[in-house]
Amino acid sequence: MNVILLAVISLGGIGIVAAIVLFAASKKFAIYEDPRIAKVAEVLPQANCGGCGYPGCNGFAEACVKAGSLEGKLCPVGGQAVMEKVAGILGLDAADATPKVAVIRCNGTCENRAKNTVYDGARTCAIISATYGGETGCSYGCLGAGDCVAACQFGAISINPETGIAEVDEEKCTACGACVKACPKGIIELRNKGKNNRRVYVSCMNKDKGAVTRKACNVGCIGCGKCVKTCPFEAITLANNLAYIDYNKCKLCRKCVDECPQSAIIAVNFPPRKPKAEQDAPATADNATQAEA
Amino acid sequence: MKTFRIGGVHPDDKKLSAGKAIERLGLPRQAVFPLSQHIGAPATAVVKKGDEVKVGTKIAEAGGFVSAPIYSSVSGKVNKIDTVTDASGYRKPAIFIDVDGDEWEASIDRSEDIVKECTLLPEEIIKKISAAGVVGMGGACFPTHVKLSPPPGCKADCIIINAVECEPYLTADHRLMLEKPEQILIGVTILMKAAKVDKAYIGIESNKPDAIALMTQKAAEFPGIEVVPLKVKYPQGGEKQLIDAVIGRQVPAPPAIPINVGAIVQNVGTVYAVYEAVQKNKPLFERIVTVTGKSLKTTSNFLVRMGTPISQLIDAAGGMPEDTGKVISGGPMMGKALADIESPVCKGTSGVLLINEKEAVRREPSPCIRCAKCVSACPMGLEPYLIATLSVNGMWERLEKESVMSCIECGSCQFTCPSHRPMLDYIRLGKGKVGAMIKARNMKKQ
Repeated sequence: MNVILLAVISLGGIGIVAAIVLFAASKKFAIYEDPRIAKVAEVLPQANCGGCGYPGCNGFAEACVKAGSLEGKLCPVGGQAVMEKVAGILGLDAADATPKVAVIRCNGTCENRAKNTVYDGARTCAIISATYGGETGCSYGCLGAGDCVAACQFGAISINPETGIAEVDEEKCTACGACVKACPKGIIELRNKGKNNRRVYVSCMNKDKGAVTRKACNVGCIGCGKCVKTCPFEAITLANNLAYIDYNKCKLCRKCVDECPQSAIIAVNFPPRKPKAEQDAPATADNATQAEA
Repeated sequence: MKTFRIGGVHPDDKKLSAGKAIERLGLPRQAVFPLSQHIGAPATAVVKKGDEVKVGTKIAEAGGFVSAPIYSSVSGKVNKIDTVTDASGYRKPAIFIDVDGDEWEASIDRSEDIVKECTLLPEEIIKKISAAGVVGMGGACFPTHVKLSPPPGCKADCIIINAVECEPYLTADHRLMLEKPEQILIGVTILMKAAKVDKAYIGIESNKPDAIALMTQKAAEFPGIEVVPLKVKYPQGGEKQLIDAVIGRQVPAPPAIPINVGAIVQNVGTVYAVYEAVQKNKPLFERIVTVTGKSLKTTSNFLVRMGTPISQLIDAAGGMPEDTGKVISGGPMMGKALADIESPVCKGTSGVLLINEKEAVRREPSPCIRCAKCVSACPMGLEPYLIATLSVNGMWERLEKESVMSCIECGSCQFTCPSHRPMLDYIRLGKGKVGAMIKARNMKKQ
């Protein structure tokens, strides 16, 4: 009996002393943290993908609170909805952000781009690209070993076994940019999602001369410059034998798509073409208003 | 017999072409000269389309101190400056020359006479070597004049000539020693003079007894040159391994280089190129290339003009066998599989090896069984299984601590692995990442 009592008293005593010490220490060494940081972090998706450019969601929350303005800050996973919630907590205005999506700028499928060598080493794009140009005549295109797939936390990228190149599921893609960093060939780009998810882009990164490109791939950009001349909005530039469409200037008129002799320019999510007279004019006007957004 | 202390493996020798005398290969129809054939800055072209060139005309200028000029190996007209798939598998800028006749620059001494006397000063020798575009002919292609100009505070006390040729199959250096021993020894004395040392060792593996005997006999006339027979072990031809084997010194981890322990290592092919450059005024535009493989009709050692497409070498050796699985530029251990056999012979092309489909297949890797064979095989005393795993997981800081930069990429780990793990693939990736990291850090400091 006595022993038990002794133990309880002594342990309780130690507990009380320790509690006092801890309490004193917590008061003395307390660091003030803005309670809004925790609140903001709560509404963030907690994917910790780093797509915002900060080290995880807590880092982003801290940056939002400290900056005092949400200019240039966007959680790519949560998008505008989450940013508005953040704005509500902080009493700020959410900056307008154009939703983006990852785009694979290569259409060198097995059919379009014939293999001329077989790679049998470790299957990661980083190693293949450090070893040589890849299994085809094009050393700029998708290697198909899936470094982007491994980098994507949202399961939005997969390698299509039929085409052998990466594909983005735009429903799942949050435009965090992890795949952009992972791709050693630099063929993934974050582009404006566009109204109704409509986009026009050059699906090629080949900087070789036209003749070399044509030999390597059926749908490679040969740098002929026809699209540049066709574009009424000066949205297309040509550098190093490669055309590039500036998504901020593009009004989605699709004239370049028709003009490209290599079918290297791709238009996605457009409705099937109606007879010309009916469709052309309203489509341009309609898209012109949205491209400014 | 001497050898290096740590690790090493014993790949099957297979020196099929050891008995084949050096043959001169015919001229190509078109010669292609990539502007980046060496370590360092790419050369810059000094000819343009339509220019007439002779054999030995300078067509590209060195692009910096660590760089080398390039000379035409043919006479004819510059067709274009375009891109070509080189041994790296990427398209790189190159000069294309259409061959017409075989007219040499008048300054080149084409006689077979052996010129023994060299009255030049050390600085003049180094200048001449640099101007002739001589680079390490063992395969790494490091500009020779840079090795002979030690950084301040360092002094060499000996030169080690790398005549080990530890790669299986390759016999280019072996044949060179048998056919040009005197020229090589004169070349060594020139290098000794340039580096201001009075001792040189020629390291030869004991699988070349004829070369050891011949070189020892001839070296008796040359003071300060000693032939050192070495036990057969791969990768003895690695600079650090050779220094350890011959003079028993260890080069510390990078950024230390052989000169920090007082040694300069030069390949025997480089020595011959130095002899030709200094004594014969002949810039580097030819080299000996072993063409070999089990299924080839005839294995050969060709004296090839640089810029010749590799396909021409294969044709000269009886054509590509049907069962060819891979064409490798260099030896089987460290060579690179070629993406295109139209790639030209460059300064570093020591051999062309054709391996059959059965041998070319890389077997399916299975999990690591922690047998530590790779650890005992690593000549640098590293832990390859660990480095490879860290690299798979992208742990670059830890990788740096495990001295990934010391790896010489000899491939002994992968050769010895019973699970056929592609360790070297991952180690190379890690080396690249850590190298970039260190470079970025140094840039920040400055």
